[in-house]
Amino acid sequence: MSFRVSFPLLVVLVLSGCSKSSGDASAPVTLLNVSYDPTRELYEDFNTAFAKHWEATTGKKVSIRQSHGGSGKQARAVIDGLEADVVTLALAYDVDMLHDKAKLIPEDWQKRLEQNSAPYTSTIVFVVRKGNPKGIRDWDDLVREGISVITPNPKTSGGARWNYLAAWGHALRKPGGTEATAQAYVEKLFRNVPVLDSGARGATTTFAERGLGDVLIAWENEAFLLTDEVGRERFEIVVPSESILAEPPVAVVDHNVDKRGTRAVAEAYLRYLYSEEGQELAARHHYRPRSAAVAQRHAARFADVKLFTIDEAFGGWRKAQAAHFDDGAVFDRIYVPQAR
Amino acid sequence: MSSPHRVLPGFRLSLGFTWAYVGLLVLIPLSSLVLKTVSLSWPQFWDTVTAPRALAAYRLSFLASFAAALINVVFGLLVAWVLVRYRFPGRSLVESLVDLPFALPTAVAGLTLTTLFSAKGWYGQHLEALGLKVAYSSLGVAVALTFIGLPFVVRTVQPVLEDIDADVEEAAATLGATPWQTFSRVLFPAVLPALLSGFTLAFARALGEYGSVVFISGNMPMRTEIVPLLIVTKLEQYDYAGATAIAVVMLVASFLLLLVVNLLQRWSHRRLETRPGT
Amino acid sequence: MFAPSTPMARRQARTLGGSPLLRWALIAVALVFLGVFLFVPLVAVFTFAFQKGSAGYLAAVSHPEARSAILLTLTAAGIAVPLNLVFGLAAAWLLSRFRFPGRALLLTLIDLPFSVSPVIAGLIFVLLFGRQGWLGPWLAEWDLHVIFAVPGIVLATVFITLPFVVREVLPVMQAQGSDEEEAALTLGAGGWRTFLRVTLPKVKWGVLYGVILCNARAMGEFGAVSVVSGHVRGVTTTLPLHAEILYNEYDFTGAFAVASLLTLLALVTLVLKKYVEWRSEAS
Repeated sequence: MSFRVSFPLLVVLVLSGCSKSSGDASAPVTLLNVSYDPTRELYEDFNTAFAKHWEATTGKKVSIRQSHGGSGKQARAVIDGLEADVVTLALAYDVDMLHDKAKLIPEDWQKRLEQNSAPYTSTIVFVVRKGNPKGIRDWDDLVREGISVITPNPKTSGGARWNYLAAWGHALRKPGGTEATAQAYVEKLFRNVPVLDSGARGATTTFAERGLGDVLIAWENEAFLLTDEVGRERFEIVVPSESILAEPPVAVVDHNVDKRGTRAVAEAYLRYLYSEEGQELAARHHYRPRSAAVAQRHAARFADVKLFTIDEAFGGWRKAQAAHFDDGAVFDRIYVPQAR
Repeated sequence: MSSPHRVLPGFRLSLGFTWAYVGLLVLIPLSSLVLKTVSLSWPQFWDTVTAPRALAAYRLSFLASFAAALINVVFGLLVAWVLVRYRFPGRSLVESLVDLPFALPTAVAGLTLTTLFSAKGWYGQHLEALGLKVAYSSLGVAVALTFIGLPFVVRTVQPVLEDIDADVEEAAATLGATPWQTFSRVLFPAVLPALLSGFTLAFARALGEYGSVVFISGNMPMRTEIVPLLIVTKLEQYDYAGATAIAVVMLVASFLLLLVVNLLQRWSHRRLETRPGT
Repeated sequence: MFAPSTPMARRQARTLGGSPLLRWALIAVALVFLGVFLFVPLVAVFTFAFQKGSAGYLAAVSHPEARSAILLTLTAAGIAVPLNLVFGLAAAWLLSRFRFPGRALLLTLIDLPFSVSPVIAGLIFVLLFGRQGWLGPWLAEWDLHVIFAVPGIVLATVFITLPFVVREVLPVMQAQGSDEEEAALTLGAGGWRTFLRVTLPKVKWGVLYGVILCNARAMGEFGAVSVVSGHVRGVTTTLPLHAEILYNEYDFTGAFAVASLLTLLALVTLVLKKYVEWRSEAS
């Protein structure tokens, strides 16, 4: 008898287990910030600062939840229904997809905040072992015979795509550079790569803990983390003559904030990233601040390097993605002939 | 033994419940995969699943899984034999350890194996000296898959070995058979079905394994990229249809393999039933 | 696969012929293989976990995020295991007692979650319950959350661990035969009574063993859960996910400390299993 009863019961149980999201108005507002891996420490500090600021200015409490992972995986989670109020991802392409795939945000999202919606920036630098035993100074050293380069897989890692584009952009922009020489350069570069980790953090671990490779191509903020905290005295940073301006963008997810009634606080949250305090925190966590005043204070920290943007060198993320990383695009073509 | 006893109650109830549960939790979710693939035209589907990178990934996944399953057949049989037939100090510890790969989270297994086998690791430094590169090579993939698949061969062969009377072997020995003859003529044929299904299970499990492999494989396209990673790569490009196309190929492979195991088990069951004394 | 035998009576092993030399050689090879592949990795997990001493270990495992991960892991297993237990009993009864068309197909479908890649296992629930999935619009209308919330994690866990109880109980039920049930029924006992009083006691060790394996797998599942979790700190991260997060934050000691907790859970499970086997041999 009870099997017959228990089956519908089971369905009811499963359904009742589904969590309801609409909280009552008296509860403190919660925001969900869906971000990528390296920003965890930054947002931990920033969330505390913002909650204090919000309570001081509005008298209301806000608590912010964090989610971190690979940038693309995080964007997909939001597309598939993770109710992020704001996204703070590694590259604009992943945010673009929130519009293209699910219409969660308007197409012109990047124009809504200053500076391409990127309150802080970074660039791509090299990390070498202490004393720089292989004498690596610039991009052209990476393709020398016998140099082992660590960079993650551009097909699965957002950070790796910045690395790849920085390398390509360098080869393209140097005197006499063409698409063909750039491809030849990148092809040669990847011939020196022994391992393609699936994420940026995995690549760092491979370089730092497994002792593989002579040079790691990494975000500047990750490089600082590595030299300052993880492996003091074991590594040093080499800044190439020219690199790409990495702009990790932030955006309010309109669909979700309108549904949850959190637009005001979500917008204030992102705007606060541009404030004096937000910029200071970003700088302290090794991101390059946009504010000239804050940048002045940390000038000693960030090397002066000639930076080009993705729009200048590639015409934007969508084009770069289609030309280089989609299936059958340049990156795949670099790899196919090698196997034969 | 289990001939149809329709006098027993609960046939319709258990049939209905089992199919409903399997339908809700296995069939419907898996059919969503197939339906997503339908958004591709046949040529698109074919191009996706036969792209050179996909072919290289199938080759690696199938070969490494096959090699791992083969290693497990040899050592699994040995371990099962030792556990069933010999008493030695620490036997019950070993007996419990066999299930460890099964209970250990795959990511932990991957991290641990990578740490052990990388050039600085406990094993890696010695293997490197011998010129063997395990971590970040297809060898590493096979090592991780061997770890994952070990319990399955041991646990399928063990009960069959237990059922074989030592008397049979003693009789063979008395009749003048050498140990090798006893093994190849008496024991091996008896455990062969179990060994085959253990092999297939270890193989099927290895095909889908992801967590432990991505850490140790190095993920080089065309060389050390396994099929599940390829699916992740497609997803990373927001190519859901492409990802499901590859997933469907893997699903069909798993389904066929398991169907073979189940038919095999039925066959071995019948064989055992016809053996006198069992 | 799933050790169908263990609870069966195990006769005292009698070693046949073969010289002691051969015997010890075989034992040695088996032990070396298991040592290299199982024992050393196990030791390694704990060595790495205690690299910063026991204080560092305690700090890692008592962190609020670790605690909430433990709770979520226990919740997911606590729901998935009973569901699959009920299912396992029903399915084992069906498959052991009756022959019907589609039996091999059903058995294969039950096995399928075991072999399906965790990546695919997570993906199917996204395709089903995601915003753009089959049920997505309907769920959105009712404001119900399945994936990126606890129900999704539970569902993925149920899917992954579905085969285990069936696979353990089925061979035991098959081996036991149904004579006693038939006798009980002839004597006028009802169907349920017969099942509870006659069948269940006969297979109880198989059931327990299945539950233990199911539980071990439920707690350790990484891949599928990772896809449907959403990784919200302190809310939808299970223990294996928490270990990965720590590892990605370069907190290797912490990662292995959390991993060692899972390993401990696995070991406790294995000890329980040993106990179950010992009891079943005794009875």
